[in-house]
Amino acid sequence: MSLTTFLQQCLTGISLGGAYALIAIGYTMVYGILRLINFAHGDIFMMAGYFMIFAMASMPWFIAVPFVLLVTTVLGVGIERVAYKPLRSAPRMSVMISAIGVSYLLQNLATYLFTALPMAYPEIPGLKKIFKIGGLSASFVTFFTPVLTIVLVYLLITLIHHTKMGMAMRAVSKDYETAALMGIDINRTISFTFAIGSLLAAIGSILYFTDRMTVFPFSGSLPGLKCFVAAVFGGIGSIPGAVVGGFVLGMGETALVAAGYSTFSDAFTFVVLIIILLVRPTGLFGEKTTNKV
Amino acid sequence: MLKVDNLKINYGGIEAVKGISFEVPDQSIVTLIGANGAGKSSTLRAIAGLVKASGGSISFDGEDITSLPTAKRVAKGITLCPEGRHVFPDMTVLENIKIGAYLRNDSLEEDIQRVYKLFPRLEERHWQLAGTLSGGEQQMLAVARGLMSNPKILMLDEPSLGLAPIIVQEIFNIIKRINQEQGITVLLIEQNANMALKVADRAYVMETGSITMTGTGAELLANDEIQAAYLGRKK
Ligand SMILES: Nc1ncnc2c1ncn2[C@@H]1O[C@H](COP(=O)(O)OP(=O)(O)O)[C@@H](O)[C@H]1O
Ligand SMILES: [Mg+2]
Repeated sequence: MSLTTFLQQCLTGISLGGAYALIAIGYTMVYGILRLINFAHGDIFMMAGYFMIFAMASMPWFIAVPFVLLVTTVLGVGIERVAYKPLRSAPRMSVMISAIGVSYLLQNLATYLFTALPMAYPEIPGLKKIFKIGGLSASFVTFFTPVLTIVLVYLLITLIHHTKMGMAMRAVSKDYETAALMGIDINRTISFTFAIGSLLAAIGSILYFTDRMTVFPFSGSLPGLKCFVAAVFGGIGSIPGAVVGGFVLGMGETALVAAGYSTFSDAFTFVVLIIILLVRPTGLFGEKTTNKV
Repeated sequence: MLKVDNLKINYGGIEAVKGISFEVPDQSIVTLIGANGAGKSSTLRAIAGLVKASGGSISFDGEDITSLPTAKRVAKGITLCPEGRHVFPDMTVLENIKIGAYLRNDSLEEDIQRVYKLFPRLEERHWQLAGTLSGGEQQMLAVARGLMSNPKILMLDEPSLGLAPIIVQEIFNIIKRINQEQGITVLLIEQNANMALKVADRAYVMETGSITMTGTGAELLANDEIQAAYLGRKK
């Protein structure tokens, strides 16, 4: 393999990893605040794909993109309100089952509304344009994804550590009651967390589907599962962990494809999952359990 | 002024608080004393809105707040320092102090200096993660955090729990100062009845969900029954 091919593959892997990272953040943030694995997250990502198809059919891209981001955010927050919020004091297992229900509901709804046939994902002008840097050539989206991911992660971490809403999110994810005693509105903080997770999933979906070119009702299942594994790998609850996990999975998968083992590229994710669970069940940056005095 | 009228609290059919009534006048220190399990914490948690009252009413400054959510009560000036302190362990001391002022939008600098003056040790350790503080320091932080909301009434649930006597003395001195210097009303729960009765203007004794006795702090301190039951002295 020449150096150029190697770098080319690295770039592809980093780009896929960036999209994974954006989706994985949604899993990790929701887990952090509700201790819930939001099984519907991958399907929200899939719905964002369909929203884009219909938005682009009737509006220019620069309106369609913010429109899709908004609608996806509303969908994510709405799901929380309808399916999770009423179960706030129910056992965690009930909420989890509700999440699985929402996941199936979205998949079946998409099948019913849009049929199971893959639909072509629209092209956002400029994203598919081929760029050449030295011997490397790739579409703009490939270069753009990791950069955008890093910028968004930086903004998110700043938000969490340097704003009042971020402070509320950290407090609520530690202790609902004490957070409430500070005057924090728990439900609003949880809604905000879902909004951010869904927004990032929508951005991830644009980057991901632009590369894949089609959307079908189960488009969210495998990427969703992979991003969940990425979040577990990084230590669920940890945002830097989800980002690292996303990049590791994206690059590992791409490396296997490049080496000619594309049949095993999906299995790679689960090998990673098994290894991390055996070696370090809390993940790379997993929460240390703090003892309450 | 806080007024609790015929307050009842149920946990799955078990009545933990059986219709108690009491008042906390402005700028006073009132204490509820009683053995473990008497329903003291439940009462404070109901006043803060963390548990639902199953009967009776709670009013504050003449307004019925019985069904208001916790955050709204904080906005009205009711702050609870919960049992067991519950500082945010992964936040620094300063962040914990600031989060106490979550609902405020004015400048905090002056108030931060004021709590630092009350608790100089918190200033020394403002960069430290709260989870790594000693028990006494965490209690000081919990009180400091509570003060940052600018409360009209500060409720303290067993601030002396598990602390060395010298630290307990320090905490109680500060409770008195908060009340006298800043005019903050204090509702204090204690198993350490001796200390609590010494600072309290008025005291209520709780036993298995009911108030069985009331009087000024000094009266109860001198009462034989109280001495036998809570102060470990013989009749
Ligand atoms: N969350 C709860 N669920 C069920 N029972 C509770 C709960 N909290 C307190 N209790 C019960 O209510 C009674 C009063 O408890 P509590 O208010 O904590 O008393 P105190 O603070 O005076 O020790 C106890 O019998 C306790 O077991
Ligand atoms: Mg108690």
